[in-house]
Amino acid sequence: MNIVDARGLSCPQPVILAQKAIVKGEFPIEVYVDTVTSRENVRRMAEKQGCKVEIVQQDDEFKLVLTR
Amino acid sequence: MLERLTKFFASRWGVILAGAVIGVLGPTLQKLGNPPNMGICVACFERDIAGALGLHRASVVQYIRPEIVGFVLGSTIAALIFREFKARVGSAPIVRFILGIFAMIGALVFLGCPWRANFRLAGGDLNAIPALIGLVIGIAIGVWFLRTGYNLGRSQKTYTAVGWIMPVLMIGLLLLVIFRPVFSEGGPIFFSEKGPGSLHAPLVVSLAIGLVIGFLAQRTRFCTMGAIRDVILIRDFHLISGVLALLVAAFMTNLVYGQFKVGYAAQPISHSNFLWNMLGMVLAGLAYALAGGCPGRQLFLAGEGDGDSGIFVLGMIVGAAISHNFNLAAKSDAVVEGALQVGGPSPYGMIAVILGLVVCIVIGFTMREKMA
Repeated sequence: MNIVDARGLSCPQPVILAQKAIVKGEFPIEVYVDTVTSRENVRRMAEKQGCKVEIVQQDDEFKLVLTR
Repeated sequence: MLERLTKFFASRWGVILAGAVIGVLGPTLQKLGNPPNMGICVACFERDIAGALGLHRASVVQYIRPEIVGFVLGSTIAALIFREFKARVGSAPIVRFILGIFAMIGALVFLGCPWRANFRLAGGDLNAIPALIGLVIGIAIGVWFLRTGYNLGRSQKTYTAVGWIMPVLMIGLLLLVIFRPVFSEGGPIFFSEKGPGSLHAPLVVSLAIGLVIGFLAQRTRFCTMGAIRDVILIRDFHLISGVLALLVAAFMTNLVYGQFKVGYAAQPISHSNFLWNMLGMVLAGLAYALAGGCPGRQLFLAGEGDGDSGIFVLGMIVGAAISHNFNLAAKSDAVVEGALQVGGPSPYGMIAVILGLVVCIVIGFTMREKMA
């Protein structure tokens, strides 16, 4: 299990951090973000990298679980 | 319903739609009275606001541009409807303020933000080419810093009222342009009687178009800096398809209106100094990349409650005041008795661009987290 806490980070940090975790390759990866923008950006990047993305809303934050 | 709309706006077609709509509306605003070879320019319009408030006294560029008000409030409306309004602050605000100042200094050496660079190209102003090359170079330098750990740190959730500061400020500006109060003899508020500042579409039209663009851009995250950054950084062509849509739509709209005129020299409100068109935009592009958004995007983020973007916007407005007060902004080409006088920045403007590049590079080098 690999956890990326990208809450409070602005564009494009969440994408950079999630991409680093994907490159490292320890799935599943949990990415935490707190804006819809970051959620969509990370989802788009991860899907392009061939990951399956599951999104869980937690209050006004999001957890993305990336698996491959 | 809202979820489905969100999906559409987040899609490639969503951002293409936003770009195309902006591309049509820019030249349309020009047709309706906005400055030629411009239509919409976030940097120039913020500069005009700085002038109207008397922060600088360049009498030809003073007007409270309702488009800027509309951009912020349109984004606020979209964020409220889609429940994305979130007050947040605290990611190195003073750095963002400094970046905003130098972003504007760079923008005013070229005479335009990335939006206007595209509108100028779409109108046949070939000086946009060195500027766009400069923009790519500046962003590429920023991407290098991002790759090597540059990060301004986390923002914090805060009181909702904090997120409302920028939208309320914009409502205040709107009231000033509607009621045009004069605070002392001669102003402020200043409104240009000649020059680009005197050229504007009807207030209601400017505001309405601003609101539409603000709404669409908030939903689609339209960003001219992010577009180029994402191509370089992660080979992602999502945002740039929106920018290309803007370019194509603006080009076709200009053809329809007869506003397309190819050339370098003496284009309206521009200069044909190749080197400084490029270098100004290198500085601006780097500052946008380090701050995470083009001037337009910073307005839309400010509208949805991002106080750090609000600080960047205020930095740009102060930067505009500095640019004109210290004679840093470029002068347009002029034709005097049939002879072309090539414009461009004063030596002070050139020094300011170099200084800005140094400051941005120091920021890039010194604000990097240790890489794991």
